[in-house]
Amino acid sequence: MANDHKMKAFRGEPSIFTSTRSEESQAELKVKDLTLKFGGITALNKIDLSVHDGELISIIGPNGAGKTSLLNCISGYYKAQEGRISFNGKDITHLSTNHLAKIGIGRTYQNIELFPGMTVLSNMMLARHVHYKYNVGQASLFLKNVRNEEVRHREVLEELIDFLEMQSIRKQLVGGLPYGTRKRVELGCALALQPKLLMLDEPFAGITLEEKEDMVRFLVELNEAWNQTIILVEHNLSIVMSISDRVAVFDFGVKIAEGSPDFVQNHPQVIKAYLGDTS
Amino acid sequence: MEFFLQILANGISLGFLYALSALGFAMIFKSSNVLNFAHGGLMAMGAFIFLALSVWAGLPIILAFALTLAGSFTLGFLLEKFFLRPLIKKTLIYAIMLTLGLALMFRGLLTFIFGGDIYSYPKFLPETLSLKWGGIQISAVYVAAFIIGAVSLILFGLFYKYSSQGIYMRSVADNKPAALSLGVHVKRSFALSWAIAALVCAISGVLFGIINGVSVHTLNSIGLKMLPVVILGGLGSIRGAILGGITIGLLETFTGGYISSSLQEIMPYIVLVFILMVKPYGLFGLVETKRA
Amino acid sequence: MHKFQFRPCGNFRTSYQDELAIFNTDFGRLWISIGILLLFGVVPFISSAYILHILNSIGIYAIAAAGLNLLIGYTGQISLCHGAFFGVGAYTAAILLVKGGLPFFLTVPIAGVVSAAVGMVFALPSARLKHLYLCIATLAGQLIIEYVLVHWESLTGGAEGIVIPNTSRFGLDLGSDRAFFYVIFICFILMTWIAVNLTRTKIGRAFVAIRDNDRAAEGMGIPIYPYKLLSFAISSFYAGLAGALYACHMTSITPEHFNLWLSIEYIAMIIIGGLGSIPGSAFGAVFIVTLNEVLNHIPEYLMNIGISTGAELNIAPLQDFFYGLAIVLFIIFQPKGLAEVWRIIRSSFRLWPFSY
Ligand SMILES: Nc1ncnc2c1ncn2[C@@H]1O[C@H](COP(=O)(O)OP(=O)(O)O)[C@@H](O)[C@H]1O
Ligand SMILES: [Mg+2]
Repeated sequence: MANDHKMKAFRGEPSIFTSTRSEESQAELKVKDLTLKFGGITALNKIDLSVHDGELISIIGPNGAGKTSLLNCISGYYKAQEGRISFNGKDITHLSTNHLAKIGIGRTYQNIELFPGMTVLSNMMLARHVHYKYNVGQASLFLKNVRNEEVRHREVLEELIDFLEMQSIRKQLVGGLPYGTRKRVELGCALALQPKLLMLDEPFAGITLEEKEDMVRFLVELNEAWNQTIILVEHNLSIVMSISDRVAVFDFGVKIAEGSPDFVQNHPQVIKAYLGDTS
Repeated sequence: MEFFLQILANGISLGFLYALSALGFAMIFKSSNVLNFAHGGLMAMGAFIFLALSVWAGLPIILAFALTLAGSFTLGFLLEKFFLRPLIKKTLIYAIMLTLGLALMFRGLLTFIFGGDIYSYPKFLPETLSLKWGGIQISAVYVAAFIIGAVSLILFGLFYKYSSQGIYMRSVADNKPAALSLGVHVKRSFALSWAIAALVCAISGVLFGIINGVSVHTLNSIGLKMLPVVILGGLGSIRGAILGGITIGLLETFTGGYISSSLQEIMPYIVLVFILMVKPYGLFGLVETKRA
Repeated sequence: MHKFQFRPCGNFRTSYQDELAIFNTDFGRLWISIGILLLFGVVPFISSAYILHILNSIGIYAIAAAGLNLLIGYTGQISLCHGAFFGVGAYTAAILLVKGGLPFFLTVPIAGVVSAAVGMVFALPSARLKHLYLCIATLAGQLIIEYVLVHWESLTGGAEGIVIPNTSRFGLDLGSDRAFFYVIFICFILMTWIAVNLTRTKIGRAFVAIRDNDRAAEGMGIPIYPYKLLSFAISSFYAGLAGALYACHMTSITPEHFNLWLSIEYIAMIIIGGLGSIPGSAFGAVFIVTLNEVLNHIPEYLMNIGISTGAELNIAPLQDFFYGLAIVLFIIFQPKGLAEVWRIIRSSFRLWPFSY
């Protein structure tokens, strides 16, 4: 029995991706007529967006277009004044952030939100918090089931660490890691939650070319091999156009175009928003 | 009716003193988000410095008062420089706990030197200052407090609004990183807000000393009362601090007058808990959405 | 076969389970076993009544401090009413023992539960807000509880307090300080163990996450408000339980002991001992109680060596001054407290005599 808990070599397929597929990881998001205002600023203006299961949808748009605000609304940080958000048919407009994480909406942030004073592993353990199944009483006595849960999830996290190629830094403090690595840790945290819907806010911003290549590789594998539903907010158009199934373009809080990468690339309003009014 | 009016007058006068004192509290909170638990200690320091200078050293009142102000200003400045500044980059709770440490130090030091007794200042306020209005009476010290308080409020208001240093301080209070990037000397701004706060504490400490007698214990508990005052007004709003001060003053005198005098001291805190339940960001405060 | 590990110079663990252990090496386990043996087998028999009394106080304070450390050190929420909860526990125990005639072993946990329940009154509205508000609410809690202890005379005996007759103390014949030593230190070890367990599970991790970045924690699915409440409840439970032991230890309690300054003293204890370190809380308790005793004896000592003649030199207020100074100095120079100092000393001896 004890042998089960020996540190194992990586089998190549993280069990969190292989074990729970199909209905359990179903992700259908619908945003309807979402309007968010900050005083005089309309950050989001009647946004409609739907995300289907297994899709990689990108949201692009100039700075201040409201991309981050949309993610913040979906993950419950901002409360929109009007409109509805539903996830797998359930209305989630008024759920709290932690509840949304619990039902399977994971994300990364534009300005990395991690715990710099903790190790990579501790960060990921925190991110996996909702999956640890024991209560305070059991924890306070460190009963056998607590120990087993801790070991079990540790194994899951180790597989994830292997998947993201972070073996060498698992015990390092996040605060001391280079920016690009921290972005990867943040992805690791988001994945540790085992989200049905993964939202990434500018994961490619400010990282080196090599790190970008790695990140693209991870995202593509996640999306294609493991059917992970992803919303990607990104400025880097060449990446967006090559990996997305669908692209939505925002400008001044309005969705000005949506469709396949090809369609969007040639959309006149998009060209106008990006290049300015050249007429 | 006369009783009611007298209590009303007492409440407003007391409230005005609270407001003045809360100004010092709010100033530190506004600039650095620190809850200053050494507020009462600073008030006591001011009151005892004045006592030592005026009674023991026998200096003329005006000179003693001026020296007290200068001393408190320096004290506040030094406190920030040596104790608070090393913590600027750390989490807030360290700074808050540090002020608890300072509170203990002031209390210990003053009780060691002066004991737990209540001292009183010589009578120096002219009796002509007191107001009589039918049966209602407002004693000289309250009138003096009102004058000093009003003058200080106007001075601070002008300072904040028009002097360049005041504008810097407001900018720091509003957005520290932005102010830093514009080249505002944030450290100086913090130091100055502590210095001014200590000065305000000294003024209000002396005034409370005139009313209640100078005692470490009383001044400390008045210092704590700044928390209900600023919560009522909404943390970090100077106008709120003034309104909160007057509200708490009225609340206390009315409780003392109509319900029970032992409940008077505790009433602000009961109201505080109640406020937290129904209107946590104060009667005049704002809630803002934090960026994620 | 279990291979003993005494001084590993690296991480040689072979299973994730090993990483969950409290002590990294068998050396640590060995020391702690020796320590416990000495504590229970030797200390009570070689200590004078006076020393035993002090040790008992240390044990009691260490329990309460461990609870406060979970709240302040781990969760990052300042409480200013730990002293009052300690008092609530003490009064609950005293009332249950004297008026209710309950057996001692029931009153202690009940006192903890009552404290936690009272704590909820102040934490429920404020824990939902930013952490400053909890701090302010606890100040109100402290003063309101103090007021109630003095003024609800029919229950608390007012300013006179409550005397706990020796007979009603335990139901068992545990009247002496030595017998009580065992009660206190068994509680101490149990409560410390529980606190350590909490910190090495998801509960403790959630506390730390809330302390360090509550927005990120929320995004990871950690519900802030329930965990803040939980942390607060646990900490007041510890205070109440320690208070119950205190009541029995002192055999008489009066309200003025449980004032705001006691709460601040507890904060001093955990800052000095080490925020975010459970053993640190015990270090802090040792430090504060010892400092207390030393200061109490200074006037006597000065008189004996003839420096001061009168008994009027009252040094007690300086206690506050030194606590305050200790808070300030530790926060500025060693915010991780004595626990960190101890760790540094220990690790410099780790590979002794072949350190590098
Ligand atoms: N918490 C907030 N308070 C006030 N205004 C905000 C807040 N968050 C976003 N905004 C405003 O909403 C608009 C959209 O911002 P954002 O969603 O961050 O844009 P993007 O991520 O597309 O660059 C901007 O004008 C921004 O200033
Ligand atoms: Mg953005």
